[in-house]
Amino acid sequence: MEEDLAILDALIFSSETPLTVERMREILPQYDRQGILGLLKTLAEHHEARGGGFGLCEIAGGWQFYSRPDLAPWVRKLKAGRPQMLSPAALETLAVVAYRQPVVKADIDRVRGVDVGGTLKGLLEKHLVRMVGRKDVPGRPILYGTTKRFLEVFQLKDLTELPTLTELKDIQS
Amino acid sequence: MSYEIKLDVFEGPLDLLLYLIRKNEIDIYNIPIALITRQYLEYLDLMKALNLDLAGEYLVLAATLLHIKSRLLLPAPEQEDGGAEDETGDPRAELVQQLLEYQAFKEAALQLDRRTLLDRDVFKRGAPPEAPPEERGEETPIEADIFTLVEAFQRMLAQLDQADLMEIDLERISLADRINEIMDCLALKRDMTFAELMDEQITRQRIVYTFLAVLELMKLRMIRVYQAASFAAIRIFIVGEE
Repeated sequence: MEEDLAILDALIFSSETPLTVERMREILPQYDRQGILGLLKTLAEHHEARGGGFGLCEIAGGWQFYSRPDLAPWVRKLKAGRPQMLSPAALETLAVVAYRQPVVKADIDRVRGVDVGGTLKGLLEKHLVRMVGRKDVPGRPILYGTTKRFLEVFQLKDLTELPTLTELKDIQS
Repeated sequence: MSYEIKLDVFEGPLDLLLYLIRKNEIDIYNIPIALITRQYLEYLDLMKALNLDLAGEYLVLAATLLHIKSRLLLPAPEQEDGGAEDETGDPRAELVQQLLEYQAFKEAALQLDRRTLLDRDVFKRGAPPEAPPEERGEETPIEADIFTLVEAFQRMLAQLDQADLMEIDLERISLADRINEIMDCLALKRDMTFAELMDEQITRQRIVYTFLAVLELMKLRMIRVYQAASFAAIRIFIVGEE
């Protein structure tokens, strides 16, 4: 048990992207899904109790170590340049894609009241948005959706973690 | 190196309209169209005066507002055939729906930005790469308000105007004039380099005319042209009266 915790620790430490439970099970086949999730819970608690500079988080369908948010000012000094911020226009476009996916460009244009061609291209280049198919209407326009990278950047487990838009409407009224 | 220039302007016509509604503390379900249309058009004028690029979408919404206003002025169509259909809805309804939808997504965008973000608030091993030591200097964003930018833009426009004036100048150069100028210079100095012939005002047009004039003078055997070696200075001699 202790040894298996250490193995999981090493696997997640060595992984470039969030490590999925399925991948962990391929390497530790003696555990079922629940078993792995139990180990992960214990491991996360160990890191939490240690009070170190990073912790284990479930993001974008997998598990990964992330530095503590309150330590960001120091880590930023280590990293190149300023953090890449998204413009308000890019964020609005991304929000429409995230909530309305799969969505065609014309629908995003209509919601935002402007042509989103430029911002959409930027989001595609940043791998936050991808083409997910074509709509079965005349002209077969491209349908857009968000990527795994989107979940990772915005630190979401999955899309259901997004607050629903109706909740937002309730806040306004 | 690129700098991101952020202007605190509107994200689009709907954003501007929402701003006006909030500024006037208006009930979004009961928008006084006349007031809002007037203020909306005033803002468009202001943005034009600031030389901001006004996207066509702003004008489309202006037209929509005017259309709604005109429909509100018309008497409601009479119910035909004892009120078969209730088509006399509020002409503002569609716009209100669009505004509410946009407002919801604008708020959703803010919520996204308030999250803990990768490479801004939390970091993982590896990416983004660490800064190489020599580049670790603090890179501070340039701060400029919109008027500074407009001034800078107008300075650039002023320079463009000067460039236009130079093009008008071209009309004055003629090949005959240039030939006479060159002969006058050579009469004084006997020999000159091609570069010296160009004197102070080097423009593309002047270079071309000077070159044509030299060719023409060679053909007329009024000058001789020598070059000591490849890429050396081209020396031009006047042919003396023998």
